Amino acid sequence: MQHPSTQGAAVSVTDLACRRGDRVLFRRLSLRLAAGEALQIAGSNGIGKSSLLRIVAGLAPAFAGSVEVTGTIGLIDERPALDPVQPLGKALAFWQRIDGAADNELARLGLSDLLDVPVRYLSTGQKKRAALARLIGQKARVWLLDEPLNGLDVHAVELTEALVAEHCAQGGIALVASHQPFDLPGMGRLALAEYAA
Amino acid sequence: MSGRIMALLRRDLTRLLLGGRGGGAVLPVLFFLSVAMLYPFAVGPDAPLLARTGGGVIWVAALLAAILPLDRLVEPDIEMGLFDQWALRGISEELVIAVRVLAHWLSFGPPLMLAALPAAALLGLDGKTLRIVEIGLLAGTPGLAALGVTVAALTAGLRGGAALSGLLVIPMAVPILIFGAGSLGMGGESGLALTGAASLVLLAIAPFAGGAAVRAARG
Repeated sequence: MQHPSTQGAAVSVTDLACRRGDRVLFRRLSLRLAAGEALQIAGSNGIGKSSLLRIVAGLAPAFAGSVEVTGTIGLIDERPALDPVQPLGKALAFWQRIDGAADNELARLGLSDLLDVPVRYLSTGQKKRAALARLIGQKARVWLLDEPLNGLDVHAVELTEALVAEHCAQGGIALVASHQPFDLPGMGRLALAEYAA
Repeated sequence: MSGRIMALLRRDLTRLLLGGRGGGAVLPVLFFLSVAMLYPFAVGPDAPLLARTGGGVIWVAALLAAILPLDRLVEPDIEMGLFDQWALRGISEELVIAVRVLAHWLSFGPPLMLAALPAAALLGLDGKTLRIVEIGLLAGTPGLAALGVTVAALTAGLRGGAALSGLLVIPMAVPILIFGAGSLGMGGESGLALTGAASLVLLAIAPFAGGAAVRAARG
């Protein structure tokens, strides 16, 4: 997990509004994150946490406002983006070839023994950890994590928090959408309910 | 960049050629051969009739065999979030679709051309007809592959998308079928040329139409 250049990683969201169908989920949302900062987006289900992350990632259009991201973006959502019929090792190897990565911290994530298991046989928590391995291999500077703690046991929750802490210590940025508490020293918290339309 | 293209192609080929649960390239070939086997049973042992119509049957069977894998060409990757992950890495939908057209063609075009040999024997085609069928398939199947991937991208995410894509591909494949099967009759060379031309048009359109369709499905 080394960032070749951590200079200038930044996320800047100005006056953002998000619409899903006929409903405006939130409006006038502004936030600014500099290198090394982490922010938890809190709020109940359906309030627009995932939509916010997708807009920041550039995968969904903003209804109003603007988003500027400096640095490569890595995203974890409810889909691990790993071929279900492939063994985990091969599914991750595909992303290693795409990202040119060598190290996915597999041992630390407790995945070393699962490399021969087809992805569809993995449990929810194991898939989440596999997605983390993919994210680490990507070496992106801005991490967007959508409910990263879902389905994880206590140990894996601590591990995820530690990984995010290391990422930020190395100058990365983390935006974590979660309805659960995310324990990270110095992490900001944004209650999305305050921006509900 | 070329490393990424090779990684994409390798993954596509593993999925489409070897298959997994979908049956890979084996299922279309078996389907193709079974049509060629059933046709003589249906029309009776009339050798001149079989020889005259067999080339057309091969073309119809090839078209229908190309439809079989449509539902696993694009939709699973949208559902699994792969297109989103590629977009984040700056890999365009157009590139992914272009690679997929190539992989789809490799997984059914050459296998069908090989399977056309036993099929021709079953239908009693002579060497000259077989040669034209093979050249026609070489010219026409890339177009069928491009059309298949485009339609698969357009119908991804729709309810009943698999059935719908089959229905959409058939009418749009009619030009290739007419020129391809038509090349077996009088003045065959021009038919082959037109089959190739129709293929090239479809190949040129597919990455852009398919890429736009994937982005539209993202919403």
